[in-house]
Amino acid sequence: MSLRIVVAVKYVPDATGDRHFAEDLTTDRDAVDGLLSELDEYAVEQALQIAEAADDAEVTAVTIGPEDARGAVLKALQMGAAKGVHVEDDALHGTDVIGTSLVLAKAVEHIGFDLVVTGMASTDGTAGVVPALLAERLGVPQVTLLSEVSVAGGKVTGRRDGDVASEELEAALPAVVSVTDQSGEARYPSFKGIMGAKKKPLETLDLSDLGVDPAGVGLGGSWTAVRDATARPPRTAGTIVKDEGEGGRQLAEFLAAQKFI
Amino acid sequence: MAEVLVYVDHVDGAVRKPTLELLTVARRLGEPVAVYLGAGVEGAAEVLGAHGAGRVLAADAPEFAEYLVVPKVDALEAAVKAVGPVAVLVPSSAEGKEVAARLALRLGSGVITDAVDVEAGAEGPVATQSVFAAAFTTRSVVSRGVAVITVKPNAAPVEPVQAAGAVEELAVVFGELATGTRVVSRTARTSSGRPELTEAAIVVSGGRGVNGAENFSVIEALADSLGAAVGASRAAVDAGWYPHSNQVGQTGKSVSPQLYVANGISGAIQHRAGMQTSKTIVAVNKDAEAPIFDLVDYGVVGDLFNVVPQLTEEVKARKG
Repeated sequence: MSLRIVVAVKYVPDATGDRHFAEDLTTDRDAVDGLLSELDEYAVEQALQIAEAADDAEVTAVTIGPEDARGAVLKALQMGAAKGVHVEDDALHGTDVIGTSLVLAKAVEHIGFDLVVTGMASTDGTAGVVPALLAERLGVPQVTLLSEVSVAGGKVTGRRDGDVASEELEAALPAVVSVTDQSGEARYPSFKGIMGAKKKPLETLDLSDLGVDPAGVGLGGSWTAVRDATARPPRTAGTIVKDEGEGGRQLAEFLAAQKFI
Repeated sequence: MAEVLVYVDHVDGAVRKPTLELLTVARRLGEPVAVYLGAGVEGAAEVLGAHGAGRVLAADAPEFAEYLVVPKVDALEAAVKAVGPVAVLVPSSAEGKEVAARLALRLGSGVITDAVDVEAGAEGPVATQSVFAAAFTTRSVVSRGVAVITVKPNAAPVEPVQAAGAVEELAVVFGELATGTRVVSRTARTSSGRPELTEAAIVVSGGRGVNGAENFSVIEALADSLGAAVGASRAAVDAGWYPHSNQVGQTGKSVSPQLYVANGISGAIQHRAGMQTSKTIVAVNKDAEAPIFDLVDYGVVGDLFNVVPQLTEEVKARKG
C-alpha cells in the first residue's frame, strides 16, 4: 500500500530583509520578499528521503497563505514532491498558531496522509508549536524535533536531541514528524526538477473547500491579540577600540566597571 | 487570591533555574501553584516553597518518562481543572512550548510562546515578546480562555520568598494519545560542567574567526574564567568545530544573558536573532566593518588570539 506523505511548508519574509508590522499588527508581507522557510527545506528533504526509501510513496506539499505563498509549494515541487496544495483565503489574514493548526489539520485530512512532515519552526513566527498542535488536532502521535528519522514497517523512529538528554523515539503511523536543521542538508532543485515542477498538479483550496468556519481563523478568530509593536530603539553607539597590545586589558577594565568581574 | 499554575522543569528532582524565575513572574499575577511531574517531589517541594509556591501539585507515573509530551499535557489539564487558575506559565524549552500549546488547544485558550516578560494587565497577563530577530518587541494578551504563556530563561530574577510548598497529590487519568510516542531510550548529555547555555548569566561565543576546533580552547578558557557558558556561531558549528547543542542563533538556541561576548563572529542576521536581547554585548573581531560592532557596548578590533588570552589572564588576576 502506498505511503502517503504530506509535507507542510511556509512562505516567510526573508530574514535578511527589513521586516515590519502592518498597521493591523500582522506581519507586513509586502515590505520584504518571501521565500520557503529555510527550516522547511529540511522537512521537504526528509519527506523525499522517506519516500525514496519506501517501495511506493507519494509526497504532497501543502501551504497556507496569500497568493505569493504558492512559491513555497512550487519550491517543494521543484525539489521533488509529486503534488501541491495551496490553501488561500482572504479570511486567513492574521491567523495565529491555533488557527493555523486547524486549517493545516483540515488540509492534511483532505489530502489523506500516513505521515506529516514539518520543519521544527518557521523562521518568521519561530514558535515551533504547530507540529504538536497538528498532532493534537489529528489525534495521532507527535514525533517532533528529530535530528534523524526513518520510517519502516508502519512505524516512525527518530532521535530527539534535547537540552539535557537525547531520546530515541518510536510511534506507529499515522504520525506527525518535525525535523531539525541537523536532519541533513536539503537538496537543490535540478534543472529537470525546475522544469518538471510546472507540470505537476497544484490544487488551490479555500476555507469552504475544507469546511473551516472563517470566524475561527484570521485576526478576529485568533485566541491571542497583539496590543502593540515597538521597533527596538537603536543601540547607543558602543565604545570601539583598536587593539594595540592592550585590547584584552581594556576589555577587562570595561567588564570590571560593569561589575561582571 | 487568584492562583497561577507554574509547570516545573526539573532533572531528576533538581528544579531548573527558569522554573524559579517563573515563580517570580507568577507572583505578579497571583499566587503560584507549582505542578511537579515525576519522582523526587520531596526535595523539589522545599525549593519551590522557598521561592513562593504555596502549593505543589505532584503526580508520579511511569508514563511521564516513557512517552513523549502528551502525558504531561494530560497532567497539566487535570491541574487546571483542579485549581481553576488565571494563568498557566511554562518554561520556554522546546518541550515546554509543545506541552503549553497542546494544553491551550484543549482548554480552548490562546497560547503565547517565548515571552521575555509578563506583567499583570487589565485584560489579564500581558506578555512581551521579542520578534523579527529582536528588531521589534510586541506586547500581547490571550483573548480567549485561561492565558497559557511560555516564558524564556532570564525573563525575571530568582527571588527567594518563603511559602508553604505544601505537596498535594494530583490525580491524572491518561488519555488515549498519551502512549502514542514511546521513548525507547534516553541518553543524558555529557555535562561540560559549565552553565547551561540558555540559562547562563554570561555567554562567551566563538565564530568563524576561531578557525579550528582545537582553538576553541581559547574561548573555553575565557568562559571558565567568567563562569560562563560557551556558545558558537552557525559557521563554527557547520565547520564541525563545536557541537550543534551550543549553537546560538535562529536555527540554534536563543540566549538572553546579562553579558554576551562574541569572539570572531561577524554578526550575520541569523546569529543576531539568537543573541540581540543580551543585556550587555561585547565583541572581539579583526574586521572593523563586521556588523556585530553595530550592536556592541564595547568592541575590540583585533586578533582574538591576542585579545582573548590577555582578557582571560586579566579576569583571573582580578578575581584573585
